Amino acid sequence: MLKELSEIIGVSGGEEEVREFIKSKIKRSVSEIFEDSYGNLIVKKWKKNLPKIMLAAHMDEVGIVITGIEKDGLLRFKTIGIPSRVLLAKRVVVGKKKICGIIGHKPVHLTKDEDKEKLPEIKDLFIDIGAKTNKIARTLITIGDSGTFDTAFSERDGIIFGKALDNRIGCYILIQLIKTTDLPIYYAFTVQEEAGLRGARIAGYRVSPHIALAVDTTASAEWPLEKDLSQSPQIGKGPVITIADRSVICDTKLVSLLVDTAQENNIKHQFKQPMVGGTDAGPMHLAREGTRSAVVSISARYIHSPLSIASQTDIEEGIKLLACSIQKILGNGDIWN
Amino acid sequence: MELIKKLCNAYGPSGREHAISKLIRSEIQDYCQDVQIDRLGNLIAHRPPASEKKSAKIMFCAHMDEIGVIVTHIDKNGFLRFTRIGGVFPDSTLYQRVQFEHGVIGVIGVETKKETPKPPELNNMFIDIGARNKAEAEKMVTIGDIASFHQEFTSINKRVSAKALDDRIGCYCLIESLKKIKNNKDNLYFVFSVQEEVGLRGARTGAYAIAPQYALAVDVTDTGDTPESPRMDVAVGKGVAIKVKDSSFISNPMINDKLIAYAEKMKIPYQLEILEAGTTDAAIIQLVKEGVVSSVLSIPTRYIHSPNEVCDLDDVQCTIKLLISVAEEGIE
Repeated sequence: MLKELSEIIGVSGGEEEVREFIKSKIKRSVSEIFEDSYGNLIVKKWKKNLPKIMLAAHMDEVGIVITGIEKDGLLRFKTIGIPSRVLLAKRVVVGKKKICGIIGHKPVHLTKDEDKEKLPEIKDLFIDIGAKTNKIARTLITIGDSGTFDTAFSERDGIIFGKALDNRIGCYILIQLIKTTDLPIYYAFTVQEEAGLRGARIAGYRVSPHIALAVDTTASAEWPLEKDLSQSPQIGKGPVITIADRSVICDTKLVSLLVDTAQENNIKHQFKQPMVGGTDAGPMHLAREGTRSAVVSISARYIHSPLSIASQTDIEEGIKLLACSIQKILGNGDIWN
Repeated sequence: MELIKKLCNAYGPSGREHAISKLIRSEIQDYCQDVQIDRLGNLIAHRPPASEKKSAKIMFCAHMDEIGVIVTHIDKNGFLRFTRIGGVFPDSTLYQRVQFEHGVIGVIGVETKKETPKPPELNNMFIDIGARNKAEAEKMVTIGDIASFHQEFTSINKRVSAKALDDRIGCYCLIESLKKIKNNKDNLYFVFSVQEEVGLRGARTGAYAIAPQYALAVDVTDTGDTPESPRMDVAVGKGVAIKVKDSSFISNPMINDKLIAYAEKMKIPYQLEILEAGTTDAAIIQLVKEGVVSSVLSIPTRYIHSPNEVCDLDDVQCTIKLLISVAEEGIE
């Protein structure tokens, strides 16, 4: 299932295929599924008189949006969440017809010496879908179509390789919890996280939970450094607990509960580098009167690029940590009152 | 003065307002109908109107949190790398003392290689907690621990100097007015908010829960009265500042007219404030639900976000008097 989730295309604002896939996987395990006007998928297994706990994972991935078609059939584009330096010469899939293309670049033979070491800006890049004319290109692509890297998923010795692990890993974890547990909680598969944490704002308002947990991926930082600085988190070292990032300062009681639960159940855990990045917990903790919020993530190398790498054990341990923690929250009135 | 000292010396960076909240609660609980702490940690005190007559719902708001630093890494020799919580300026951080929640004190040092940028950034700095090695440091702090500046309150002539006058002095104004208000005309909510310094977070959820018609934030503002400072028509010692606008907020002119009228009637010195960079909780409160008619009373303060902010006690008294006038005579 991770393979399928990774390979589906669902750039922010165009999450339909991911949503349909998730629905098909969970429909036998749930009675109430609701799709809101914004595209969030909200699953209710919550039961009356219990505290409302919501787990959220975003369905969207980083990608590109076609902004123009040139006379010669080349496509202009902008990016959502992808830095320009990982774009050059990559194979992409664009549009509803899943057209194959490449992010074009001058071959080395035609590049001036002084330009060989330079990285072009996004505005100077184009996508070549092999269309000879503007007219041909228009039959294949419409302005506004989105696309993403064309990356096949693979797996070796418990390490997974694929695109969009941010955040199909989170979706996978929620699906597994829905299918394999009876936890009486809400699940939200959110849209447009990569475009500014948008879907979670609406889902948080609608469900208005007492406690919200974002389930996401986080950039692993294990490459060699010249200075003695943080190289945390790392893949294979367990699920990652956030203390604070740019979008939220996590609830201290929830953070302690997550850490205690990990220790009691022999689950390895690590802390995210503070004040880096943001997740759906940002808008969720500010919904209505406020929601106690925290984040559990799986670390992955090279997120927001064509290929990310993550550890299957981390994912399994993440599922276990969440299931045990939710049980503990439900049994502890002190934390949600 | 003793209470200002306690408030400023207390530990309370954003997200870690527990101690300051406990202190404020003990000061105010005899002066209001009920005090609650919400899910994010806002301390909310309710003071219903003295009579049953038609009254407006007003939210007075001052934030409890202060800026701070958060540990990102403990190196092999026991030095701590850190980053900012809120608007921490590198030049006012270097060689200062910081203190963690459980009392550990550290000194901010800096890399001293030739290549170190001048002026250095926070990521060139580290906290020295006196640990002899990593293992010893790990017994004292962990990743994610948050420290505030460690600086004792002191009075300088008739003025005061302390860390966190932003915005403990605003909290003080709310506490003192709550103690002194006799018969309030309106339905009053005193909100001591959390996490202002990281993006006006507590005030947003607090205002949503209360849904007031009117709001007055009480916070510090910059001044233009020190040598070669940017031009700004606010000075320490010249009275409470009634905000006209800042970078994210325009005060409601009808409330400002009312505030000015009360100030003139009570002979309270005041000045009008236009702040070019920075904002307060009012910027988010005004946008909650159907909107909240808002303004801000500011205490003119020098060296904001440094360990030695300076303000004038007369200005503080002016702010308290004006708050009491609004509460007793009504905002409408």
